Formats: sequence, C-alpha cells, structure tokens
Amino acid sequence: MTAERTATDRIAGPLPGLWQGFSATLSRDCRLRFRRRSELANPLIFFALIVTLFPLGLAPDSTLLSSIAPGLLWVAALLSVLLSLDGLFRDDFDDGTLEQLLLAPQPTGILVLARIVAHWLTTGLPLALISPLLAVMLSLPGHSMDVLMLTLLLGSATLSLIGAIGAALTVGLRRGGVLLSLLILPLYTPVLIFGAGTVRLAIEGAPVAPWLALMGAMLALSLLAAPWAAAAALKLSLDG
Amino acid sequence: MWPIIHKLGSPKWFYTMSGRWLPFLWGSGTILVVLGSLWGLAFAPPDYQQGDSFRILYVHVPAAILAQSCFALMAMCSLIFLVWRIKLADMVAGAAAPFGAAMTFGALFSGAVWGVPTWGTWWVWDARLTSMLLMLFLYLGIMALRGAFASRDGGARAAAILTLVGVINLPIIKYSVVWWNTLHQGATFSLTEKPAMPASMWLPLLLMVIGFYLLFAAVTVARTRNEIIRRQPTARWVRALVQGGRHGL
Repeated sequence: MTAERTATDRIAGPLPGLWQGFSATLSRDCRLRFRRRSELANPLIFFALIVTLFPLGLAPDSTLLSSIAPGLLWVAALLSVLLSLDGLFRDDFDDGTLEQLLLAPQPTGILVLARIVAHWLTTGLPLALISPLLAVMLSLPGHSMDVLMLTLLLGSATLSLIGAIGAALTVGLRRGGVLLSLLILPLYTPVLIFGAGTVRLAIEGAPVAPWLALMGAMLALSLLAAPWAAAAALKLSLDG
Repeated sequence: MWPIIHKLGSPKWFYTMSGRWLPFLWGSGTILVVLGSLWGLAFAPPDYQQGDSFRILYVHVPAAILAQSCFALMAMCSLIFLVWRIKLADMVAGAAAPFGAAMTFGALFSGAVWGVPTWGTWWVWDARLTSMLLMLFLYLGIMALRGAFASRDGGARAAAILTLVGVINLPIIKYSVVWWNTLHQGATFSLTEKPAMPASMWLPLLLMVIGFYLLFAAVTVARTRNEIIRRQPTARWVRALVQGGRHGL
C-alpha cells in the first residue's frame, strides 16, 4: 500500500482532495454544457412551448388560466427537467468518460453530486429565472411571483437529484428514455404537490414558510441520499 | 449466525425445504379465503348505512394490506441482496413483484367499484387512492427496469436500487398526498385499538387477511422455486432432481 502510494506520489504528486475533485468535475461539466448552447436552450424552449399549448387547448380566459397557472407552470418545469435528464450521463457513458469518473480516487458520490449541481445550474436555475415571464402570460397574480421562483429554485434542485438516480439506472439501456419517465415521475409527485401547493397558498395570501421549509427538507434528504444511490446505479450500469 | 444465513440463502436448501411448506401454504390459504368469503359474503350482517355493498371490504382491505406488505418484503429482500449479495433474496423480490402489482390493481379496482354506491363516483382524487395509484406505477417501473437489462445481474441490482429508493419515497408520497386532499376513511385495522366493527364483521375480514398472506407466501415460494430451477439448470442437484422425477426432493 505504502509502496503504491509513493509510486503515485512520484508520478503525479499527492492525490487531489474531495473539494478539488468536486470543483474540477463541476467546472468541467459547466464548461461542456455552456459550449453546447443549443442544447442548453432546449429545456427552456420546451418549457415555454408547453406553457403556450395550454391556453390553446383550454380557453384564453384569464381567470381560468390564473387559477390553473401554479400547477401548469410546475408540471411544465417538471417535464422540462425530465427531458434534460437523459443527457446527464449519456454522452459520457458513450465516450468512456464515465469510467474515468468511477476510477477517480474521490468517492463517486461526490463527483456525481458535482454533475448534478452542474445540471441544476444549467436547467433548474434558468427555468426558475424565466418562470415569471411565463407566469405573467398566464396572468398569475403579481404578488406570488417571488414564491413561484423560490419554489422552482428549491424544487428543481430536488428534481435534478432524484432524476440523477433514474438517469444513472437507465444510462446503459438503449431505449432508456420512456423507461426513465416511468421510473422517475412517481417519485416526483411530492415535489410537484408541495411546489404547486405553495404557489397556490401564496396566491391566497396564506403564510408559505412552512411549506417552503418542507420543500427544503425534501431537498436536504435527497441531497444526502441521491448522489450515493446514483453512484451505485452508475457502477452497475457500467458493469452490466 | 452466519452458517444459518448461508444455509437460508442456499437455493438448494430453500428448494428442498419449501417443497415441504408449499402444500401447507396452498391448503391453509385456500381454506381460509374460502371460509372468509363465505362468512363475509353470506353470513356477516349487512352494514346499517351501506347495506350489502360494504362486503367489497372483504376483498378490498386484504388486497390493500398485501400490496403494501409486498413492497416491504421486496425492499427487505433488495437490501439483503445489495448488502450481502444473496441471490435468493433477489429471486424472492422478483417473484413477489407481479403479485404486489396485481394486489395494488385489485385494491384500486375494488375501491372504484365500491366507490359507486357509497361516494357516487368511480374515482376521486383522494389521498389513499392517489398514493395507491402511484405505488402501482412504482411496481410497474421496478418490473420494467428489471426486464430492460440484458444481463440478469444488472437488472437485479437496478431493480433493488429502485425498490429501496421507492420505499424511502413511499411515506413521503403518502403524506404529501394526504396533505393535498383526503376523503377516504381511516385505516380499518389497527394493532393498538379495538376494532369499531362488531366481531361478526371483522372476524371474516381477519380470516381473509391471513388467507391472503398465506396465498401470497405460496405464490412467492412457488415462483421462487421456478426461478431457482431456471437460473441453475446445470447444477448437479437440479439434474439429479430432473432425472429422479418430480418428487425426488
């Protein structure tokens, strides 16, 4: 063991620590994502399109639209995150980068967490930022905009974390896309219920802090458990 | 401790022992379900409010209890499989999944039929119904994921991970849906409280629940035995079994 360690030290110096591994993976993933700008915009366009479809399918009635706006925006955001999940590990699985990720000296869970953070920065965060624009089009009352953004910020991070488990489980399968939605959508329902529910409470003027705290609790729980489950799933996807 | 676990985990030992249990499980399960159905459907007094329609209870409640117990069993087996790599645990988890899905569907269907005379509608977006529906989707997802892998071991591990994620999520789903909406009555049976129903009503229900459990055990054991044979067709004891006739072991 010591002999091996000194051999590695001689070649590459001491092993990089947890934080270095995390930040290197995070910056690599962010850089890659920002270089594929069209892919970056796809979930946002999808989000806007779904929101546009609903008034066309229902009726251009602003009272009706404002009453269903919280749920509609949340379902649309959820589907956009789901759509972007397939790309979370797929490219790196195809070109072999994923194997390097698993071979890295840092715990895989930490590196997977870095990828999930990068995924959230490029999907969940922009979705939350443009949501007020679409909310105005659905005539959501103005005083609930900040709550909508806050729930989307908290909730989309949970969605990315839970979704990573599904993406990791299906990355080795040729047609994983449909299966991914079957696996993940039932697990997404609590986030949807609390996300849309909080916005509805805000419209009625009720206090939203307890519900936001519950959303934070869900985020904390998935932050603890999801990266490790996704790491285990990645290992088996590469084995099988 | 360890020798017992290894013995329990050995497919050959399980096959031999379960061959002895199986007739008892099938027999007692069938007798209890037949007795419970006859008692519940023909002899139990009608409900003072719901009349005879309450008798769906004798199918609905056991199915709903089994649907949840089956998920709990799958989660335990998945944990054992992931931690100790005992293949038998995975076989049991795989064998139990379709039964659990069928029970979940049965509970949903009987609930819908029951809803017409009592609530006046087939379906309401009530907390329990919705969480059962989501559990059905989880069952289907687990079964689909297992089938999607080319390698058996990959599918088994993937299904085990998803089962564990699902079992952590089920209470969260359940309580979030409860906060969202509730119309369903509370649980019928509780271990700590005396039942509100008279004995002539809940005794047949108890028989049905125990009968369903025994039948569930019988189906799971029988399916696990088939899976053992399917996975190890070349093992020496399996060959001996086939050559020595069906009742050799």
